[in-house]
Amino acid sequence: MPHRAFFWFILPSALAMLLFIALPIVSVILQSVHIEHPKVMSEVETCGPFNCTTEMRVDAEATAELRQAQPLGKYIGLETYLNRNHLAFEVVKTQWQEREGFFSFIRGLYNLPFYKALAFTLTYTFVVTPLVIVLGFSIAVAVNAIPRIMRGSVIFVSLLPMIVTPLIGSLVLFWMVDANGVIGSAIQHIFNDPNLSLKASPFLTWIMLLVYGVWHSAPFAFVVFYAGLQTVPQDTLESAMIDGASRWERIRYVVLPHLAPLVTFVALIQLMDNFRVFEPVVGFNASASATSLSWIIYNDLFGQQQLFGSAAATSMLTILGVCILLMPVLVRTWRQYKVVH
Amino acid sequence: MENTAQPRQSPLLRLFLGAFVIIWIVLAAFPFLWTLWGSFKVEADFFSKVDWSFALSGERTIEQTGSAFTGAGYYGAWVQEEFWRAAINTMIVTFFVVIISLTLGTLGGYALSRSTFRYTFWILIAALVFRAMPHITLVSGYLLPFFELNVWGILPTTIVVLVAINQPFTLWMLHSFFLNIPKDLDESAMVDGCTRFQAFRHVIIPVMWPGVITTGLFSFLLAYNDFAITTMLLSQDNQTMVPKIGSFLGTTQVQGNVMFAVAAVVSATAPLFILVLFFQRQIVSGLTAGAVKG
Repeated sequence: MPHRAFFWFILPSALAMLLFIALPIVSVILQSVHIEHPKVMSEVETCGPFNCTTEMRVDAEATAELRQAQPLGKYIGLETYLNRNHLAFEVVKTQWQEREGFFSFIRGLYNLPFYKALAFTLTYTFVVTPLVIVLGFSIAVAVNAIPRIMRGSVIFVSLLPMIVTPLIGSLVLFWMVDANGVIGSAIQHIFNDPNLSLKASPFLTWIMLLVYGVWHSAPFAFVVFYAGLQTVPQDTLESAMIDGASRWERIRYVVLPHLAPLVTFVALIQLMDNFRVFEPVVGFNASASATSLSWIIYNDLFGQQQLFGSAAATSMLTILGVCILLMPVLVRTWRQYKVVH
Repeated sequence: MENTAQPRQSPLLRLFLGAFVIIWIVLAAFPFLWTLWGSFKVEADFFSKVDWSFALSGERTIEQTGSAFTGAGYYGAWVQEEFWRAAINTMIVTFFVVIISLTLGTLGGYALSRSTFRYTFWILIAALVFRAMPHITLVSGYLLPFFELNVWGILPTTIVVLVAINQPFTLWMLHSFFLNIPKDLDESAMVDGCTRFQAFRHVIIPVMWPGVITTGLFSFLLAYNDFAITTMLLSQDNQTMVPKIGSFLGTTQVQGNVMFAVAAVVSATAPLFILVLFFQRQIVSGLTAGAVKG
């Protein structure tokens, strides 16, 4: 296709992506090096019948004027990145110097909002992704073994946890694990502890979110692997059988190598999706014990006081994280591309 | 494909695999059935302090309303809290997002599948990176400009943003669908004197529908399921269903109207349920489309 025709075909789509994905990133960079204007204070003299007092008042007019003139705020360079709510290198340095052992250092790090969110986000990403692959594969193998006539309805039911809105899915589970909900009271009964609440303990909250993550994403891995199982080369399986390969050996040497590219695909998609974990934190009302990077951006932007600078700095750090996460894939794709061309 | 080479499995293994499937089905379906059933009860039953089985039998519901089932939650959500407004907004947003996404996506995806120049590779890689971007990071870039331009809070803005965010995925998916349509088809039309666009219009469009329908389903799901964008970019009056449910949590939990939220959640799940019922095959083929190509 000549350049000209290509240009006109791709233009609308490229324009949409440039204006609403690339440009906002520029806007985020700009915002992250600025800070909101402080309220302009002015001295006001109020005279009563006996004496005059001067006091500081917020000059609403001047504040509005200043915000109008410079909507981005005041330029402060990388200060936002380095303050206590973000990378906090200063604090980390002192904590490292005054550490009383590795674990107390980690605990101190965990008290900083950014590192707390990072800890949960990374844990969620790297625990949920492998579990999803394993569970998805197991379901695919099991479904592949049941009678053909039942498979359609099994796939239908399996799709539900994935297709349902993440916020809704997490709410549905959240209500069930409520201390007065069905699972919550069942757990209380099992452990014989009427005060046990999944919501109160940070550890159990993490587990709950991880379980939700696996429940939500396993169907995706299942469907991909199930489709892969349908295309396993039958000749190879047959010849392996004639050569006397056991069931396990056939899975190990024929089926798994056939599915390997699918595992890469599922892992890639899952890493991207799990890294942005957000809705479950809102749905499970878990922000007290588990926050994610997406959630702290949301928290900065939501509510009365909108902290654009702070949110933008966290956004930049998150985007950086995504790039690091994708780096192996990008390098590999580039190498393959260079070989082909 | 029939697995002819499948050897006879031992009955024990069969039993084990069957049990595993049953456990999974229960895990996948039970939460939805439970919530559907519970949405017709009162709060004292669904969140029973006394006995969990009240949620099944509806003891308190009978006491309070005289019948084992009550539509009070639905009445509260749809009429009192005006959930119908959110439902209409969701319909508007999803309809336009799907239509616009597909229009832009088919043009772009077709071009990407037919061009052999190096930049197509870079466009696809850029799209992959954009696809990985957490949506909320972009929102922090939108808010200030949108306030300045005075376009915050209205439906068209949200539609445009959702379309843009949807583009990377749509491009990838349609690109791989178009690769499956033989090049000879449109090239022979061009040999016969069609322009590139005429070839697209008369030869490609008639055969592209399976791919477009599948991609459309996923565009719909993205627009319907989004929370990060819609909750941040829509004003209170223009909220769609998902952010509306989100704001229910803040207000109703305090007023003891959790059942409104439960009813709203069930109402918002119903369309998805119907969607899977009718389009299961397309959804499955869409999920695997990207995978098979690697």
